[in-house]
Amino acid sequence: MILLYIILIPVIGALLSWLVSARSVTLCRWIALASLLLDLVIVTGIWLDQGDGGKGWLYNWQAPWIPQFGITLHLAMDGLSLVMLVLTFFLGALSVLVSWNEIRWRAGFFHFNLLFVITGIAGVFLTMDLFLFYFFWEVMLIPMYFLIGIWGHERREYAAYKFFIFTQAGGLLMLLAILGLYFVHAANTGVYTFNYFDLLHTPMARSLSQWLMLGFLIAFVVKLPAVPFHTWLPDAHTEAPTAGSVILAGLLLKTGAYGILRFVLPLFPAAAQDFAPWAMLLGVAGILYGGQLAYAQPDFKRLVAYTSVSHMGFVLLGAFAFNEVAYQGVVMQMITHGISTGALFMLAGVLYERIHTRELSRMGGLWPVLPAMGTVTMIFVMASLGLPGLGNFIAEFLILVGSWQANRPLTVLAAIGLVIATIYSLRIMQKVFFGQTERQFGLPDLNTREWVMLAPLVLVIIWLGVYPKPVLKMLNTARGTLNAARGTLHVAEAPDNTKRMQPSAFSVEPNQ
Amino acid sequence: MTFDDLLSLGPLFNICGGAVIAMLLVAIWRNHRLVYYFTLLVYILALASVVPVAKLLPHIIAPLVVVDMFALFNSGAIVGSGLIIVLLSYNYFEEREERKEEYYLLLLLATAGALVLVISRHFMSLFLGLEMLSISLYGLIAYLRARQRSDEAGIKYLILAALSSAFLLFGMALVYGFTGHMDFPGIGAYLQQAGSVPLPVVAGFGLMLIGIGFKLGIVPFHMWAPDIYEGAPLPVAAFVATISKGGVLVVLIRFFQDVNGTQYTMLWWILAITAVASMFVGNWLALTQQNIKRMLAYSSIAHLGYLLVAFLAGKQSGLEAIAFYLVAYFPTSIGAFGVLIVMSSSVQDAETAEDYRGLFWRYPWVALAFTVMLLSLAGIPLTAGFIGKFYIVLAGADGNHWFLLLMLVINSVIGLYYYIRIVAMMFRTTETPQRTFIKPALPLAGNITLGLVVLLLVGLGVYPSAMMQLIQQMMTLIR
Repeated sequence: MILLYIILIPVIGALLSWLVSARSVTLCRWIALASLLLDLVIVTGIWLDQGDGGKGWLYNWQAPWIPQFGITLHLAMDGLSLVMLVLTFFLGALSVLVSWNEIRWRAGFFHFNLLFVITGIAGVFLTMDLFLFYFFWEVMLIPMYFLIGIWGHERREYAAYKFFIFTQAGGLLMLLAILGLYFVHAANTGVYTFNYFDLLHTPMARSLSQWLMLGFLIAFVVKLPAVPFHTWLPDAHTEAPTAGSVILAGLLLKTGAYGILRFVLPLFPAAAQDFAPWAMLLGVAGILYGGQLAYAQPDFKRLVAYTSVSHMGFVLLGAFAFNEVAYQGVVMQMITHGISTGALFMLAGVLYERIHTRELSRMGGLWPVLPAMGTVTMIFVMASLGLPGLGNFIAEFLILVGSWQANRPLTVLAAIGLVIATIYSLRIMQKVFFGQTERQFGLPDLNTREWVMLAPLVLVIIWLGVYPKPVLKMLNTARGTLNAARGTLHVAEAPDNTKRMQPSAFSVEPNQ
Repeated sequence: MTFDDLLSLGPLFNICGGAVIAMLLVAIWRNHRLVYYFTLLVYILALASVVPVAKLLPHIIAPLVVVDMFALFNSGAIVGSGLIIVLLSYNYFEEREERKEEYYLLLLLATAGALVLVISRHFMSLFLGLEMLSISLYGLIAYLRARQRSDEAGIKYLILAALSSAFLLFGMALVYGFTGHMDFPGIGAYLQQAGSVPLPVVAGFGLMLIGIGFKLGIVPFHMWAPDIYEGAPLPVAAFVATISKGGVLVVLIRFFQDVNGTQYTMLWWILAITAVASMFVGNWLALTQQNIKRMLAYSSIAHLGYLLVAFLAGKQSGLEAIAFYLVAYFPTSIGAFGVLIVMSSSVQDAETAEDYRGLFWRYPWVALAFTVMLLSLAGIPLTAGFIGKFYIVLAGADGNHWFLLLMLVINSVIGLYYYIRIVAMMFRTTETPQRTFIKPALPLAGNITLGLVVLLLVGLGVYPSAMMQLIQQMMTLIR
């Protein structure tokens, strides 16, 4: 039941905050914040409760929904879901804080949409019924569309459209694939069900499984986004309000990565392996191309948006490397990218509130005026370029170690991406905080609210960089749940891969 | 005729009797409110009379009609939709200067026509129902005579409907001439026996398909739809979009089943091509429409294409999908027209997208209702339209028609664009509209009806299993 409450709390918060906004906007903000913090407390409590986290599935809850089709309200939580949920509510609460002053117009409806997006995301991370998964996948869309389309910047409507149509098209292909799987399973066993666990070991022809896997994969790489499908991202990220950008970059992209880990790899292990070189190639293309484009952007938010394309390339690379190290790196990357990019978008928003521009060419020389903000930005820029000691380094290192065992040439190319990351990241610092300034700015530095949002981010990114053990330990519990299907097939179909399944000498795993 | 016969035709008799009494009422005392309440009562009684029929099923009154679960379910859907249309009609006509009372009379007659269609198993009853429907619609479409486009729409529909009836009749004559049967099962039995289909019968089927295609408004017989929707009074447009098309679709399904249509791959391919063409043409032409009525017209062409996909699946699940889709589509479509009705002033209908600019900030509840309808048309979760579309995709996947499904998916994405465009328009923030035909105060009855429709749509979207259970019980055709 607790899983249902986790999903229902933001829904209730959404309705309440909309209702009270007519009377008091401040109260509406507090309600939104409180509901997300409550959820954050719940999931953190679960985490602390687990301690070692010995079991595979922490919680499991099921109720019939549309029995005619074998659709159930099936929610379950393992280590991966838990980690993602903590991130979700953490960034969610921060995005309420970040819009405290930015959103004054129709704040009630804004918070309604914000909380509804978070509901959808939480649902995606928790559901174990494929129909329900598609349902939540779509539920994320409409409120996000409104967030971009109503409270965004100049070209908001165009961006909102593009975002909506891209993701919806991917989603519909996924629906076809889900239905294909549903009928294949029914043809084999006579049982019509959308239950993830029942569908896991569906035997099917190789070619069919390849088609179905592609259906899922397209939806996820559109969301991720991987290179040919990434064009919605810079527009959406740039035009969205700060909170929208934080949620998009920090959480929405992660649903794509999560989908690959949770659905594509376990459901279609063989087909995924066939496709792995191409997926890794797409990932590397994203790393290099995204990085190159990021360097060329004149707009702060657009630059950060393209860095997401680059960083998400690592996720794709690692996810299809098929080994434990890379998998841990992928999840770390999901978390650290959420935090570092979320923070950079927040900083862009904070800066925009002060100087009302996102043009890098109109900034410069801000360090003397805004030393505190400069320091914080420096930390996240360093995180973004993968400086050891900060979370992103661990993530990218693990991914590269993992993918080295799977595909060496591509790993070498991906490593070049780190150099590009250094170049574009340092460009942010140079353009914004160093160099000559044309005019004298007299600007207020970070205020209390901004410190409250940025300080936890700084602490978390450093914590993840120097002591990632708790997260990795929690992910270990998810290994059983994710790899049960994968491992056996590895042995069966690619004997030489069994060696890769062993944790390598580089592994940072604690419990081996 | 036995008592059971009478009872099994309960909904039809209620509506027909209501039409007669309504006519007398108008003759004795012309009063809009009186006729309105009377019509409402008739629809409610007709809806109630659906229930006792269930015990008698299946009931054949040879040779003309058959009342089975399938027919009864669709009768219920038709009467229910009629009820919503009547509820929305009062304010719309009250504000207009023409004589209002005959509208209800014609509406009752048209509904009766649709009810005859869903129970017909014979060419005679088919044609009778179709003509009752069409002739009432001639009057209904041109009802607001003083409007510019009303006459145009009326004449257009008159000519095209008459033409399509002629095609249909000619087709029927050919089929009858060579098979010697006018009842569907008889034709089916004859074809079964003959082994092959004689050429004139093929031609007859083709001509009939043209006639039916016109009524359904599927490509390439769709040209009339936008002009009719634009010129007709809004409640009538809602009627044409839902009940009229639904009734014809039901008769098509029954005919197809009785003559074992699934055996003829040729026929299947023709319908498949029609379905794909309807989806593409409908959605494509809707893309650039500024006029919401025309957009809804084109989108209804596309929706017929979706329905044909389920129809072509040919399985039991396809039948259920059609039933569910109709149950979802009827209120959605009527609701969308209902929003237009509620927002229209007596001067002109609020029909351009521009009229709805920033509506959310002025009339949040109406705008939300409209958003729900549009999202339901687009097939977004939490609405009935999503479950309906899902059901269709499920049926198509069941029948292994992946190509048709791919087309459906592509079209859903195209469709999304123009529905979302209107939603975006309602949530626009900056400018206020230049000119608007939106009136300052909204009618209460219309708002309540819209609220109920929204509840129905969201209810079906969140908890569809009760309706599905009903449909699974009801979707049994008999021969």
